[in-house]
Amino acid sequence: MAASTDVVIIGAGVVGAACAFYCSKAGLDVTIVERGPIGGGTTASCEGNILLSDKEPGPELDLALLSSRLWTEIAEEIGAHRLEYQRKGGVVVATSESTATALRGFAAHQRHAGIESVDLSLDDLIELEPNVTRAAAGGAFYPQDSQIQPMLATAQIIRHVRRTGARVITGTSVTGFARGRDGAITAVRTDSTTQPTIPARWVINAAGTWAGQIADMAGAPIPVLPRRGFILVTEPLPEVVHHKVYTAEYVANVASSDAGLETSVVVEGTRAGSVLIGASRERVGFDRTMSLPVVRKLAAQAVEVFPFLADVTLLRTYLGFRPYCPDHLPVIGNDPRAPGLIQATGHEGAGIGLSAGTGLLISQIIIGASTAIDLQPFRPHRFEEVAAR
Amino acid sequence: MSGTSKATIQFSFDGVALTAVEGQSIGAALIAAGHRSWRTTRINGAPRGIFCGIGICFDCLVTVNGRPSRRACLIDVQPGDVVVTQEGAGHADLAG
Repeated sequence: MAASTDVVIIGAGVVGAACAFYCSKAGLDVTIVERGPIGGGTTASCEGNILLSDKEPGPELDLALLSSRLWTEIAEEIGAHRLEYQRKGGVVVATSESTATALRGFAAHQRHAGIESVDLSLDDLIELEPNVTRAAAGGAFYPQDSQIQPMLATAQIIRHVRRTGARVITGTSVTGFARGRDGAITAVRTDSTTQPTIPARWVINAAGTWAGQIADMAGAPIPVLPRRGFILVTEPLPEVVHHKVYTAEYVANVASSDAGLETSVVVEGTRAGSVLIGASRERVGFDRTMSLPVVRKLAAQAVEVFPFLADVTLLRTYLGFRPYCPDHLPVIGNDPRAPGLIQATGHEGAGIGLSAGTGLLISQIIIGASTAIDLQPFRPHRFEEVAAR
Repeated sequence: MSGTSKATIQFSFDGVALTAVEGQSIGAALIAAGHRSWRTTRINGAPRGIFCGIGICFDCLVTVNGRPSRRACLIDVQPGDVVVTQEGAGHADLAG
């Protein structure tokens, strides 16, 4: 029987790490239980985006603004270089006059909600990104957009919380929960022979795209589904892409519910020199099959934005499964169907960016503080309310 | 060698004319000509040449006919190839 802990966090991805960071900060005793290795799920197969530029005013933006601020604090506390945190800014490219007009309207709308942006003429655009296509009509610059190396950052945050006393158990799956007479969760059961039961006051479900399985075990189902995304990796290059660069069509796709393939290119450099080209979106379940048509389409779109990429070699591709809910909002908060269970998943393709705020909010729930933003839109049982209507 | 005579190919390395045997890789031809390195690393500028020799390690990258990051161990020399030492990522023209 393992020692009792205040909080068990299920999942050592970026969301679990952020929850551990803020719970530890709040003085709570934390144990992380992870089925695989640290940062080995969706955290290991994304791009590390901390974006505001793609958000529309609404609850997700409130969470993104909070998170964006918190990431600067985390970078300061742990060391920006340790996370490869770069506040490099985002550049959105409009490929036609009509898109440029729509983008200017969208950016103005966002400015009212607290997102900084500057409209760009073609000349401005070329000054920021000298290698960009001359066929662009203009664009917008978003100085708050940032980037981390997601696996590195997750590992660094977990190392940080370990030093302050948190325990991390990897290679161990959660198999169920013990409940008290009042129905509240009292312990987490695992497949570990040495720690088959971990008593805890609170359990945080940060299992990402696989959080639905954990929620089912607790009798508090949430409709989290996988959305597949491919990312292409080029050979190392000098600094050829300076910001996060994407086409205005990306914004339309992020908010889409279409089951079919959507691609809208996002291009960014990395400290290692490789340029990353994302990101496709397909609802095909947990299918890991390589898809040449998707890769071709992404590559072609990247070449449209940065023509020099036509002569650059791709080294490899990777894919990940983004956890999404039908209303495209994350699931964050106490779950009244399983007292003691706090859900923290459903961040879709924005999990890196939104993790910091999620971690802080959950620590505030646990210590009974007022939360930094309204959690009502993220409540875990909202899908049952819809079904009951 | 026993009787079978293979054609000799002309190519150049850093502006100097060299010869290779038909079917010989660029890496093999450069080593035969006494060269051990034909690339510098991106960060520290250290010299690099053949390491694994079988296309796995990407250490032997070189610029061939203007195209950087070709694996010298895998590409056969073609007549008239212009091979030059690759500095770093070899895409200096794109920086800016």
